[in-house]
Amino acid sequence: MISILNITFYVLIFLSVYVQVFFFVTFLENRKRIIVRNSKIKLRSYPSVTIAVSCFNEEATVGKTIQSIFSLNYPKDKIEILIVDDGSLDNTWNIISKFAQYSNVKIFRKENGGKYTALNLALEHTKTDFFGGLDADSFADPESLVRIMSYFEKDSNIMAVVPSVTVYDFKNTIQNTQKVEYHMGVYLKKMLGFLGGINVTPGPMTIFRKCVFDDLGPYKHGHNTEDMEIAFRMQKNLYKIEHCNDAYVYTTTPTTLGKLYRQRLRWIYGFINNTLDYKSVILRKKYGNFSIFTLPMGIISIISVTYLFCRIIYNLVSFIYSKIIVLKTVGFNFTNTNFNFDPFFLNIRFFIFLVVLVYFLVIFAMISGRKMAEGKWRISLSMVYFFPIFSIIAPLWIISAVYSTLLRRLPAWR
Amino acid sequence: MNNNIDWKKYFIVFLITIGLFLTAGYLSNYLGNKKIDQLKSIQDKIAIDILSSETQFSLLSELSCKNVSGSLLSGELEELGRKLDWGQDNLGSTEEVSYLKKYYSLLQIKDYLLMKKISSSCGVKSAFILYFYTTAENCSLCEEESLVLTSLRNKYEELRVYSFDYSTDLSAVKALLKIYKIKDTELPALILDDDLLTGFHTLEDLESRVKKSFKLQETKPPAGENQSDKKSS
Repeated sequence: MISILNITFYVLIFLSVYVQVFFFVTFLENRKRIIVRNSKIKLRSYPSVTIAVSCFNEEATVGKTIQSIFSLNYPKDKIEILIVDDGSLDNTWNIISKFAQYSNVKIFRKENGGKYTALNLALEHTKTDFFGGLDADSFADPESLVRIMSYFEKDSNIMAVVPSVTVYDFKNTIQNTQKVEYHMGVYLKKMLGFLGGINVTPGPMTIFRKCVFDDLGPYKHGHNTEDMEIAFRMQKNLYKIEHCNDAYVYTTTPTTLGKLYRQRLRWIYGFINNTLDYKSVILRKKYGNFSIFTLPMGIISIISVTYLFCRIIYNLVSFIYSKIIVLKTVGFNFTNTNFNFDPFFLNIRFFIFLVVLVYFLVIFAMISGRKMAEGKWRISLSMVYFFPIFSIIAPLWIISAVYSTLLRRLPAWR
Repeated sequence: MNNNIDWKKYFIVFLITIGLFLTAGYLSNYLGNKKIDQLKSIQDKIAIDILSSETQFSLLSELSCKNVSGSLLSGELEELGRKLDWGQDNLGSTEEVSYLKKYYSLLQIKDYLLMKKISSSCGVKSAFILYFYTTAENCSLCEEESLVLTSLRNKYEELRVYSFDYSTDLSAVKALLKIYKIKDTELPALILDDDLLTGFHTLEDLESRVKKSFKLQETKPPAGENQSDKKSS
């Protein structure tokens, strides 16, 4: 039994190292292709783009979101803004009504049916060749759209371009930690872009060719992750998705552990269930790296984190049990306790070196992601406390997502 | 669609990962050997110290007890024991570690015999416990007894505890087992003042026995007291 657990442990470590090395090698291969454009760029032509803002109880941020669209460095007559109030119960409708006066803005109000239904309503009213959403809690950088559109201009095979999503106005430790994680996300997305294996087209400011929806159909519920489902569907149909690393979108992030937990539970649940829905795509070379690398990598991550968490819990319980035995047999006895550090007792088992290597590669991903998102090589303290915080809480939403999948229980949106 | 799979890259990354595994294994092995070397050198030092004490005792016991009793080795032996236990758990039960454990058992027996001799000849207040446990099977009582003995040893400096793994393949340990008629079904087993105590004994129980042992020594004058006093004056 013990040897089976040990073999599983070593296999998972091997696969985790493999994944990180694979990303690193991809980075080395393509590093010269990663460009951050700091100045304004011009396109040969400016195609019309529809940007849909779907909102449900977003009174605090929706005004600023729409303002960020108005501030885009893109010809105003080429941007159509469709704002859909998905049955908000707060002051959202009154706020968005003020924007109805603009000629390129249309507002809609409907019964609450979920984000995908709001986006589909916008799709029905889209007349342009390009369509994108902007979540009502996110804000587009003025240069984001033009930079995204430059990708479409240079390659007619590109069907969707995803931006670099980073954290807006981080105030506390939870948000600071997420900022680091989002930077890592920028790096991973860029690498997956090089591999043709992007598995999510995020709600904030991903721009699609409208023909994607004409060909493949509208958004689906996608287990409350419609932005992941459409990416899976595109990959299944061999539609190319790119990542524009210097198109920045800032998103508001959960401020408390509870909110973060619910958000991530929804994301992981979405990944597991979309993967199950598209299981026919896994390990089929016809579907490229998405099938051979992205999906297996996600599955390995979920298994590794779950396994490691169980192992840590087992060790913790053993430790507490041994302390209870000490208390039971000799009581509180702290006399002559020797706290001298002796390097002899440092653990030197071989997997420790590999775990350290994985940590270094993850830190490298964070630093590179930051460089891609902010143009600067920088280390921050939050990169250090990211590990203890996420090591404790990430397994909880992963295990909970697996549990919810087994019980077929859909997690709440927020 | 970028659906071309670069199999060569998958293979190269596989080779790199294998290389990293092998490097980590080599590094771990190298540092493990360093630790075994460290254990060996501690053991050699203790062996020399014991041999030196024995020789010193033989040379001077008839003249003075003062010099001999100053060379107590309990701290170093104890540290070596802890390191060997850690080595067995973390470096794997390699042949070298089990060889070192045998050597350690032998050193303990030598130290025990020497200290017993010094104690009776020079009147050094001390108590000795020979403790037998097993690692061959899961012995939770042994683990609890070890905790009791560690606590007791921390409390009484004059108490010396010698631990022996029942399964140690060493004739000297086997001789001890034979002398005290210790069976593997009765572990943990303790020898205190030549009394065999089997099974788990609580801290209070052992403490009262140790105190009793100290009292007995106070009432009994050391064997060589008169002689050594005369000669040293």
